[in-house]
Amino acid sequence: MLKYIFRRLIWMPILLLFVSLIVFILGVYGPGDPIEVQLGNNYDEVNADRIREKMGLNDPVLVQWVRYVGNAAKGDFGKSYVFKNRDVSELLIPKLIVSAKLNIISFAIAISLGIPLGFYAAINYGSSKDPFVVIISLFFYAMPVFFTAPLLILVFALQLDLVPAAGWGGVFDKRIILPALTVGIPGAAVFVRLIRASMIEVLDSDYVKLARAKGVSEIKVLWKHAFRNAMLPVVTIMGFSLAGLFGGSLIVEILYGIPGVGRISLDSVYSRDYPVIMAIVLLGSSALVVANLIIDFVYTLVDPRIEML
Amino acid sequence: MINNEIRHTSSMRLFIQNFSRKKLGVACLIIVSLIYLVGIFAPLLAPYDYSETNLLKTQAGPDFENLLGTDRLGRDILSRVIWGIQTTVIVTITGLLTGSLILGLFLGLLAGFYKGIFDFIVMRTGELVSSFPDILLIILLAATLRPRITNLFYQIEDNLNISGLISSGIIDYLVIGIALLPLSWFGTMRLIRAQVFSIREIEYVQSARTSGASTLRIITKHILPNVISPLIVTSTFGLGAVALSEVILSFFGLGVQPPRPSLGAMLSDVSGRGGASVSVLTNHPEQLLSPIIVIWIMIFCWNIIGDALTDILNPKKN
Repeated sequence: MLKYIFRRLIWMPILLLFVSLIVFILGVYGPGDPIEVQLGNNYDEVNADRIREKMGLNDPVLVQWVRYVGNAAKGDFGKSYVFKNRDVSELLIPKLIVSAKLNIISFAIAISLGIPLGFYAAINYGSSKDPFVVIISLFFYAMPVFFTAPLLILVFALQLDLVPAAGWGGVFDKRIILPALTVGIPGAAVFVRLIRASMIEVLDSDYVKLARAKGVSEIKVLWKHAFRNAMLPVVTIMGFSLAGLFGGSLIVEILYGIPGVGRISLDSVYSRDYPVIMAIVLLGSSALVVANLIIDFVYTLVDPRIEML
Repeated sequence: MINNEIRHTSSMRLFIQNFSRKKLGVACLIIVSLIYLVGIFAPLLAPYDYSETNLLKTQAGPDFENLLGTDRLGRDILSRVIWGIQTTVIVTITGLLTGSLILGLFLGLLAGFYKGIFDFIVMRTGELVSSFPDILLIILLAATLRPRITNLFYQIEDNLNISGLISSGIIDYLVIGIALLPLSWFGTMRLIRAQVFSIREIEYVQSARTSGASTLRIITKHILPNVISPLIVTSTFGLGAVALSEVILSFFGLGVQPPRPSLGAMLSDVSGRGGASVSVLTNHPEQLLSPIIVIWIMIFCWNIIGDALTDILNPKKN
């Protein structure tokens, strides 16, 4: 176990180093010249070369990369190419907060709808109610965000005029309702499917049968024996959803005009603002890797049968 | 040899029998097949060409000439949906072939069979790729690769003195294909690898090896037939994801380029980067609904088929 943790902890920074190297290379060899963008119409070769020399862009790629990683480790992700003289971290932090708020609300919607429904489908497994819940959840799961967003806007903002169509005003603003539902409902469908599948498997297991044979009350069987074990695979998805907080919900943010990470990452891909892209990818990857690690540990804590060697 | 043939056909027949019992799965398979046929025969089925404009009749509602109406340039929406399906068909099939079948299967077989350093490298590469935020990686790759690939093709056309390569839209497909590659291969590869690990220790493979069968023969005759069914399941699940990723890329203007139609590009025409267009939404919802419903049905059906396949091929659940 210790050996496993040790190996994972060593591997994690190496993984992130490689991630940063790949993004760095994509940035350097990708199209577009940051200096050209920065100077705009005032571009001339001599001046540009002077700036390049000053910024260290004429150094070998590996040297630049090492320098970047060194600074990034200290929390300095460089300056944005497009928003002149603004630190990337200063630019990103407010966006991260916006995305995190939206995602936490959506996540709350997803679990509060998804877990009870999945549970309901599982205890009705075999009756006519189960396939109904399953198909409905798949129906919402397959529904593309491009569809739910405009549809919700059409119905609730334009026809019924209950909420504004787009914009952002924080968690306690009406405008968060539609985007949160857009992300939360397909998320709930994922939880329904997961909880249902794992509950059915657990309910069929020997120890649940034994508990029932012993005469343990049904409610106690469902809650104490089945539900807690069925939550295990759900932990994985929860971990990844939380890691997704840093990724932002790209499409939703675009369609609803929310100034979050998704929006700025797409904008910076279009405008080739590589320092910003790199910081976002690095943050997203770190979140994923850390979430993965935590999920593994939670698994071993919850389920003593798993031994990781 | 003969015995082997018989066993193989009967297991396939059993599989078909089991699948035909899943009514919803069969219905979805039929729907998806129909959609794919529409895509394949788009040139015959589409009433108009995808780029044919009629500026006298823009933003028109449905009538007998244009069954789903026309868009802002007077192009027939039905035709564009049909051609858009063709794009989806091409992208999913090439995605399936390159990512899942060739790369995933090949690397999985090799990693499972040779273990050691090769396995280590493939697995770590996979972990590396899957530690990226996926949509962001796809978008970044597509945006970075397109100009390079376009340049490459201009050079090829100039050097070989041929034309028509670029106008055939091959660049779009190549960009999408490469951008989606990191997403599609690792799942298949890991699954195949695990299968090979368990199969290679089974006695009949061991005895084949001791009796001097070559590696190639062991892989093709003994291991490959055993990994086919899990391969089908993961690939089916993958297809829905590939189709959706193409839609997302084209929606952001990084996939299929206009005037070539894609369901995603049609969506971005109506509710593009700047947000949903209010006037089109209220007056002509069919412009949004037509591509959306096709995408929706496809993803829904791929999922149902995938579920049915998992049920059949997973003996634990039966």
